[in-house]
Amino acid sequence: MTNRREFIRTGAAAGAMVLAGPTLERAGALAERVESSTAPAPMDPATKELIVEALNAAKLGGAAFADARIGRYRNNFVITREQQIVNVVDTDTMGVGVRVLLNGTWGFGASRDLTKAGVVAATKEALSIAKANALPAADRVRLAPATPTPDGRYVTPHTVDPFTVPIEQKADLLIRANAEAMKVPGVKFVNSNMFFVKEEKNYGSTDGTFTTQTVIRSWLPFAATAVKSDFSDFQTRTNVIQPAARGYEYLTAAKPVEHARQWGEEAAAKLGAKPVDVGRYDLVLHPSHLWLTIHESIAHPTELDRALGYEANYAGTSFCAPPREKLGKFRYGPRFMNIQGDRDQEGGCSTIGWDDDGVKPDRFLIIKEGIVNDYQTTREQAPMLDWWYESQKRPIRSHGCSHSDGWNDVQFQRMPNVSLLPGEKDIGWEEIVAATDRGIAIVGDGSFSIDQQRYNAQFGGQLFYEIKGGKIVGQLKDVAYQMRTPDFWNSMDMIGGRKSYEMGASFFDGKGQPGQVNAVSHGCVPSRFRNVNVINTGRKS
Amino acid sequence: MSAPRSLFGSGSALSPNDMMSRSEAQAFVEKVVKLSKAETIGVNVSGGYTGNIRFAANRITTSGGVTNSQLVVQSGYGARHAIVTTGDFSPEGIERAVRQSEAIAKLAPEDPENMPLLPPQQYTDVKAFFDSTANLSAAERAAAAHTAIDAARAAGDLASAGFIIEGTNFNAIGSNTGMFAYFPSTSANYQLTVRTNDGTGSGWAAADHPDWTQVDFKAVSDRAIEKARQSRSPVAVEPGRYTVILEPQAVGDLVQLLAFSLDARSADEGRSAFSKQGGGTKIGDKIVDSRVTLFSDPADPQLLGQPWTFEGLPLGREVWIENGVLKQLQYSRFWAKKKNARPNGGLGAVKMSGGDATTEQMIASTDRGILVTRLWYLRQVDPRTVLYTGLTRDGTFLIENGKITKAVKNLRFNESPLFMLNNLESLGRAVRVAGTEAGGNVVFPTLKVKDFNFTSLSDAV
Repeated sequence: MTNRREFIRTGAAAGAMVLAGPTLERAGALAERVESSTAPAPMDPATKELIVEALNAAKLGGAAFADARIGRYRNNFVITREQQIVNVVDTDTMGVGVRVLLNGTWGFGASRDLTKAGVVAATKEALSIAKANALPAADRVRLAPATPTPDGRYVTPHTVDPFTVPIEQKADLLIRANAEAMKVPGVKFVNSNMFFVKEEKNYGSTDGTFTTQTVIRSWLPFAATAVKSDFSDFQTRTNVIQPAARGYEYLTAAKPVEHARQWGEEAAAKLGAKPVDVGRYDLVLHPSHLWLTIHESIAHPTELDRALGYEANYAGTSFCAPPREKLGKFRYGPRFMNIQGDRDQEGGCSTIGWDDDGVKPDRFLIIKEGIVNDYQTTREQAPMLDWWYESQKRPIRSHGCSHSDGWNDVQFQRMPNVSLLPGEKDIGWEEIVAATDRGIAIVGDGSFSIDQQRYNAQFGGQLFYEIKGGKIVGQLKDVAYQMRTPDFWNSMDMIGGRKSYEMGASFFDGKGQPGQVNAVSHGCVPSRFRNVNVINTGRKS
Repeated sequence: MSAPRSLFGSGSALSPNDMMSRSEAQAFVEKVVKLSKAETIGVNVSGGYTGNIRFAANRITTSGGVTNSQLVVQSGYGARHAIVTTGDFSPEGIERAVRQSEAIAKLAPEDPENMPLLPPQQYTDVKAFFDSTANLSAAERAAAAHTAIDAARAAGDLASAGFIIEGTNFNAIGSNTGMFAYFPSTSANYQLTVRTNDGTGSGWAAADHPDWTQVDFKAVSDRAIEKARQSRSPVAVEPGRYTVILEPQAVGDLVQLLAFSLDARSADEGRSAFSKQGGGTKIGDKIVDSRVTLFSDPADPQLLGQPWTFEGLPLGREVWIENGVLKQLQYSRFWAKKKNARPNGGLGAVKMSGGDATTEQMIASTDRGILVTRLWYLRQVDPRTVLYTGLTRDGTFLIENGKITKAVKNLRFNESPLFMLNNLESLGRAVRVAGTEAGGNVVFPTLKVKDFNFTSLSDAV
């Protein structure tokens, strides 16, 4: 799920932020593994000293395993509406989080006090919590082995660090884009923002892993709203540029000023669109839309903690459970459906060198030829599937999905980039539309809701087009489709090839208690789904 | 931790500086204000301690204790302004934040809607700080978690998953105009899901109060277990329009979301459910059943919210809907000035007045209907009508001939709180609820409504 609380917290400052839409990057990314463009610097010696101090205090306190993370997390927002600036916000937070495993029980302590006394106090807090919560022997935590990395360094590949770009330059780009959209008759309002993230993360564990990593992410939320002069209708076009783990150059390459007029026209055109007739339609879903459907109906149900009940009290469990009944057996979709988990696609919001367990993530197929093949795991979770990995003659190793959204939150299993791999035939959007007799083509993500086991979902979108006889014949509005996950994916009968692969992303995937957010990308190709239930959401009473 | 974290004591063993008393916070704010070279400076400092414990599959999973503080500095030059936030409270760190906000503010374009900082204000005194919460230990949190874990283990056929979070915090603001506000608070929130091991039943219960001693862990555990057992082996019903009894949690889940649609400016601009066709807003119109009154009041003993906004605007009792009539919308300071209205903060801590019907009476008077424990994954589908979609979760039951007869599968709805509050049959007592997706201090009654719109079935348990 994407997280409402987080949305409110940042949204309060950043105005009308929702998720994202086309002008997607064309990702040759799929084939490319990330190699850092600049040689990253080693860990700062003073930081390393503090980490070692915490690890020593943990060992002294009897911990069998401990890790410490010292991180600096920065955000930068530039917020505009129409022809004016609303606000400029810079946030900066730094501190230490220490996790200890004492008698097989976790404890976590965190403090912003980055002195030796501060990190030791955080470690003592973690130890005292682990002691208070001591687990019975049968329930104790077991960690999968991980190869130590004594000097890991990673930097998100980027050309321009967004934190070096002057505010005036950022504001100017937004204001000019807003002006273009406002030229369209009917467009009365534009909200646009820039949102940048920079995380400098240092990690050390008693296993001898020490990593230092810098992650950069950039996003330009943009929303144009058209209002009928008699106040009888209003429509918004938003989610036009996807978030990505890239530098400032990514936003300028998306050419918001050049595209804003089109986005405004799309908002105005929605006012005149035909309300959809309810019924069953073949749906042709653009990657700017489909990424979110993948996120909710594939990526979440294949998180191992959900499948085993560890998220039962919040995000929920999974229909794709228990693993013993699903792995190697359950048909999620057609034979040409392959779903990959990874943290190394360039631009992917989950892409990283090492995870927050100190593990180098690998690429793994969650769904292989339509059958469930694996789950997303951490070091604590991988041994829970030992029987499966042994039967497959695969090593029992974490896929590197441990993540914490700050120094002050404990790490746990979060989503890697989860992507629908292209089909063998190198076709794209146009070919799939042309092959469709009666259907609806959907561009961009809109409203989304799914149950706690990920069976029943409802998705809206940004732009809806009626397809008749292989041609787009007009624009529709008030469209949402309802689905049951396995039926929906098994109804997929056409997918695009490599040339049509694009990535969509969310900055705010929410999970866990206390709630944490995770940024994640989903690559996919345009795809067709047969006979899906479409409702009309435009009601009067 | 053994040392008490009482407000005026020595503070947390973890970091003594993260809880500030009123005088400490005031001295700190004044120190930051004095550093300013800008025309205006607004300062916000907040911090404290939170402790949490999480469990699932009848075992404790993760647990932590965190101290943290944050300084927010807004510097201004005329209509130019910028905000910088930092957690570095060293003299150099504070000075850096002030200088950086000044540097960015000078570069920022002018904000034509910039409002001057407020002069000193009078605030209502709200007591939301309880020593019972402030002095908690990790062992007490663990014992509370074991109330449910032990009961579920003993039952043999149940799996408990829950989360307890408690905190001791302060929030303070001040400015070079002499305005200062300080609010210390504690919080304790408990949410529990109990599932049957056969995977067919799931029950949920929760409690929330700033005073730890007001959270009845045993009662929450009993209720979630009862719901889990009752909800086993649900049957399918045809989606459609139903008479529905929504427990207070479910009502809060949906009606609280009106907060996101009450903005006066959007209504004036023609892009809100409260815009009137032809122009203007629906203020003064009867928009829902005349038994509906919805208000915010931080001093209400069931709410106990912060009595001021992030700008230092005092918050008192604000009635949004009275006897079904839309009394006012939410005015920012800028929009209020432009429209000659009074700025009134947001929905914030919110309460809907109840009635005197008991849930038993509501059930007894229902020929065929559905009882809903809570709602889940609510997302707006159409802002023109505040239409939301979402699903029922953790205890959905069929009522036939005045009795609960069986558990039913969960259902997806597409419904607007505005439509629902027009279809009211009866209201129960208003209680504080604990787990809405938007969070916060929320008090809602049980409601019985007709024609609630369920659009599809879910196999999810």
